[in-house]
Amino acid sequence: YVFTTFIKLSEFTKSKKTLSKPGVRNVVLVEGVRTPFLQAGTTYADLMAHDLARGALQGLLNRTAFPKEAVDYIVYGTVIQEVKTSNVAREAALGAGFSDKTPAHTVTMACISSNQAMTTAVGLVASGQCDAVVAGGVEFMSDVPIRHSRKMRKMMLSLNRARTLGARLSLLGSLRLSHLVPELPAVSEFSTAEMMGHSADRLAAAFGISRLDQDEFALRSHVLAKKAQDEGLLTDIVDFKVPGKDIVSKDNGIRPSTMEQMSKLKPAFIKPHGTVTAANSSYLTDGASAVLIMSEEKALAMGYKPKAYLSPTYAIPKVLERSGLTLADIDAFEFHEAFAGQVLANLTAMESDWFAQNCMGRKAKVGAPPMEKFNLWGGSLSLGHPFAATGCRLVTMVAHRLKKEGGQYGLVAACAAGGQGHAMLVEACPQ
Amino acid sequence: NNSFNMNGILLGSVGVNRQTRTHVNYEVKDNVAVIRINDPTSKVNTLTRQLQDDMMEVLNEVWGNSAVKSAVIISTKPGCFIAGANIDMIKVCKSAEEVSKLSKEGQMMFEKIEKSPIPFVAAVNGTCMGGGLEFAIACHYRVATKSKKTVMALPEVMLGLLPGAGGTQRMPKMLGLPTAFDVMLTGRSIRADKAKKMGLVHHVIDPLGPGVKDPEERLIEYLEEVAVGVAKGLAKKTVTVEKKKGLMQKVQDAVLGIPLVRNQVYKTVTQKVMKQTKGLYPAPLSIIEAVQAGVEKGPAEGYHVEAVNFGKLAMTPESRALIGLYQGQVACKKNNFGKPEREVKSLAVLGAGLMGAGIAQVTVDKGVATILKDTTTEGLARGHDQVYKGLNDKAKKKSITTFERDMTLSFLKGQLDYSGFEKVDMVIEAVFEDLSIKHKVLKEVEAVIPPHCIFASNTSALPIREIAAASKRPEKVIGMHYFSPVDKMQLLEIITTDKTSKDTTASAVAVGLKQGKVIIVVGDGPGFYTTRCLAPTLVEGIRILQEGVGPKKLDSLTTGFGFPVGVSTLIDEVGVDVAAHVAEDLGKAFGSRFGGGNVDVLKTMIQKGFKGRKSGKGCYVYSAKKKDKQVNSGTEEILKAFKLTAPPAVSGDEDVQYRLVSRFVNEAALCLQEGILADPVQGDIGAVFGLGFPPCLGGPFRFLDSFGADKLVQKMKRYEDAYGNQFTPCQLLLDYAKDPSKKFHK
Repeated sequence: YVFTTFIKLSEFTKSKKTLSKPGVRNVVLVEGVRTPFLQAGTTYADLMAHDLARGALQGLLNRTAFPKEAVDYIVYGTVIQEVKTSNVAREAALGAGFSDKTPAHTVTMACISSNQAMTTAVGLVASGQCDAVVAGGVEFMSDVPIRHSRKMRKMMLSLNRARTLGARLSLLGSLRLSHLVPELPAVSEFSTAEMMGHSADRLAAAFGISRLDQDEFALRSHVLAKKAQDEGLLTDIVDFKVPGKDIVSKDNGIRPSTMEQMSKLKPAFIKPHGTVTAANSSYLTDGASAVLIMSEEKALAMGYKPKAYLSPTYAIPKVLERSGLTLADIDAFEFHEAFAGQVLANLTAMESDWFAQNCMGRKAKVGAPPMEKFNLWGGSLSLGHPFAATGCRLVTMVAHRLKKEGGQYGLVAACAAGGQGHAMLVEACPQ
Repeated sequence: NNSFNMNGILLGSVGVNRQTRTHVNYEVKDNVAVIRINDPTSKVNTLTRQLQDDMMEVLNEVWGNSAVKSAVIISTKPGCFIAGANIDMIKVCKSAEEVSKLSKEGQMMFEKIEKSPIPFVAAVNGTCMGGGLEFAIACHYRVATKSKKTVMALPEVMLGLLPGAGGTQRMPKMLGLPTAFDVMLTGRSIRADKAKKMGLVHHVIDPLGPGVKDPEERLIEYLEEVAVGVAKGLAKKTVTVEKKKGLMQKVQDAVLGIPLVRNQVYKTVTQKVMKQTKGLYPAPLSIIEAVQAGVEKGPAEGYHVEAVNFGKLAMTPESRALIGLYQGQVACKKNNFGKPEREVKSLAVLGAGLMGAGIAQVTVDKGVATILKDTTTEGLARGHDQVYKGLNDKAKKKSITTFERDMTLSFLKGQLDYSGFEKVDMVIEAVFEDLSIKHKVLKEVEAVIPPHCIFASNTSALPIREIAAASKRPEKVIGMHYFSPVDKMQLLEIITTDKTSKDTTASAVAVGLKQGKVIIVVGDGPGFYTTRCLAPTLVEGIRILQEGVGPKKLDSLTTGFGFPVGVSTLIDEVGVDVAAHVAEDLGKAFGSRFGGGNVDVLKTMIQKGFKGRKSGKGCYVYSAKKKDKQVNSGTEEILKAFKLTAPPAVSGDEDVQYRLVSRFVNEAALCLQEGILADPVQGDIGAVFGLGFPPCLGGPFRFLDSFGADKLVQKMKRYEDAYGNQFTPCQLLLDYAKDPSKKFHK
């Protein structure tokens, strides 16, 4: 169930022309940026999460020349928390020079954390509470909190409370070798005790997605990303200066390989018969992203040219039916690629009547997006996937694609651990 | 006309070539023969004659095909690989030789697979037991799914048999002597991941979620894909069968290589078996013998002893008794009262004591929303803790995850008032055993529950019709007698009055089945069936104690007869107060037939605070530290004060045993005679699963069949002479004694 992408949509008018609703303010994406996405343990290795977040926030301000004091609220997503900066939104915002009067909170929802940050921002604007909200996400996989064992922590906490030397010594005397075994951040989900990659492999098997299909899809992602990079299409990137090192201005995980090389890899999770490998999965990535979300009237009044209307949604098919839209009306699809097997399984599910009838309570299949409109500038497999930063990357990319390709509607979808999913309908603003 | 002729010809030719393979089929995929098993006549695959014939035919074709380099054996039946040999095949055999022959046929088929020129992979999903597991271990490689339905076991010992198709020979080689003995002597179930750790399977695969078809159907396909991959690898020698042995394994193998050590193992295992079975069960000893023959004297002798012992065991009364219990248990896991009008989706339990909390635990365990109501916060907290502990113990044993524990616990709602009762479908009361209290709660409950709600009483002795007398709607009142501890004891005794509606009964049975219980449905009366059989047995036990047989001696005499718990220990476990209550109540109801020991013995014990295990003292003294319990000297003094003179003619060890058993059996027969029991099967199941009647005897009615009603009646007449009407055989017993061809079980 974990990767099944259920997609949300709010109601909107029957008009095919626009997502706008009477009586509700139009919410627009003014700009979106991200730091280059780097493989964990490379150039960003010595930084901290809030450094990258600060970089994205400053980059957003630089690119828009937006007055800091006009930002009403900041929402940021993160998954693996650095315990020193548990509200990373606030730490990064203050560090980026935002007003200390601008509140900031952090959200977490696995791989759709920044999607949730944007959804929150859209809600704040739509309800009239705010005019301009910055949303974003950051993930820093080069360093993760590794804890002492529970036994050790318990002993250390008791040691704090022990009054006499004797009491302390006796506590220290209880120290055993096993106390020193560290606790790694959970690689498996708490509720299912299953690792993501393992789950993805089972998902691919359940839908009968072959190793070959997965490798081909991963290769497609890398080839398209490389092309987009070479053609200068990845304009959402802002440079990032790493102290004592070079200025980083490019993603470093885009590496088109060959089918032959990819076929040599052994399965990474289910051995020896699994199909998910390092090459057809997204890799551990450092990166941050940020978007500026405003009410349309305020953006226009301030002289901005908004890029797109945003409408965060639940459940693609329901919404398409309610709005009178069909998949055919969508010009650009941006789906999160956690694993090639997962994307292909999702597409197969959308094409399956059995799945629609038995798992979604629908009469017939939803239908899958056509590949010629699908993730044309690469995806998480190739660009990288800093968990909580991916959502903003998807939305900004679809907005840029609509502009470049001249389309009207874009659809963003992403899946997350815990069997959750998120989607957003994006409509190009008139230029 | 023409086509009719064509059909006729076709049919004829099919018949001649025995092309009517229905249970086994195969196809060749990339030089791998995929052999698929599916018995179309049953929900499970068993090793029937047809299946074996089909299999042999397929195997011969596969071996005759030079393009086939390896083979996969898989079942396409959801949730079942092979559930075992077909019991009916054994039951129809008239002699040990006939059964031995069956065993030899199985041995031969599996030996052919083991010695096959091409490698065989067993792809296991679902039940893989007995002969099914013996089949799988004859293959060279095993892949299993980690589906919850995948369970491996050699449960023959529980049917008084042994694994008769090479199991006793292959298991020790595969698992080592100690583990092999453990698996075969306990018959315990092994899940896939555990099997992998033990070395019973080579490779496991995880179950799949929904895709574009039914998940289990896809899982079987996937299992086949993986197994075919392994089979190809085996043929190309890129996959090897041998697994790397750990250091411990190497050490163990080296140690067990010494004959002297092995002899010690046989000795220790035999001693353990004798201690646990008191020598009343022949199967475990036969298993040890067959293993020993194979290991020490070589395969020819091993297979021979296995087959001969299998035949012998099948003819023993113990095996008949155990098979009878197995089949009775299956019968008592069905609802014979039809589908209830509405499913019980939410349930309330009154009283958070030992029983109430236990009932709540087995209910939430199956995802039914349950209210646990008590009158005090202390009582409620204790009950809640009991449920938590029960579930947490399961989590500790890893049979559920802590997450599943928490989810299960979320179905439990503890409270002190009747809020929410307007929505419950069933209320089970487990309050104090006092008619006026029961009437009080019944009235309170009926004031708040919806009209369709069923009121069930968990009483062990109070007649349901007396409880129902206070009800406005007696058709919705029923008895549900659980046994303590509820989460361990399998039996549920359901009691119906002549006013209880059929739908109420159907609903109570459905709830019990959901709770995982084995169910007997009996008529109403003091003590129903189980308590009524127990009471005279306990009273007789007290008389025996009064006659100077010590509690320890009494225990060893009863366990020596096959009861899992001795009578003195039983009194402590049940509680001296409860025993006194039952003895007195039923004594009043049934008069002098229920006499014997003096109830004042129990009452004096209660006065002194000797209430049994729960109070730390009863017949024995209980302490948390000491494992070996000591006889309570205070109770010994009481027994001295109530001393009776034992009539020498009926006080030998054997007579003491038969006095206890005959009172039990006579009362059971009376229950059948009076219609409290609907049939002997439920009587046997109730006695064994609820009261611990010796399983090797199969229950009171099976015991009468094998021991002979006439022999028991003779004994009872002697006891009657010494003690009077407590030992007067009932009319039904006399009828069966008169005509030895009459049997309770066909």
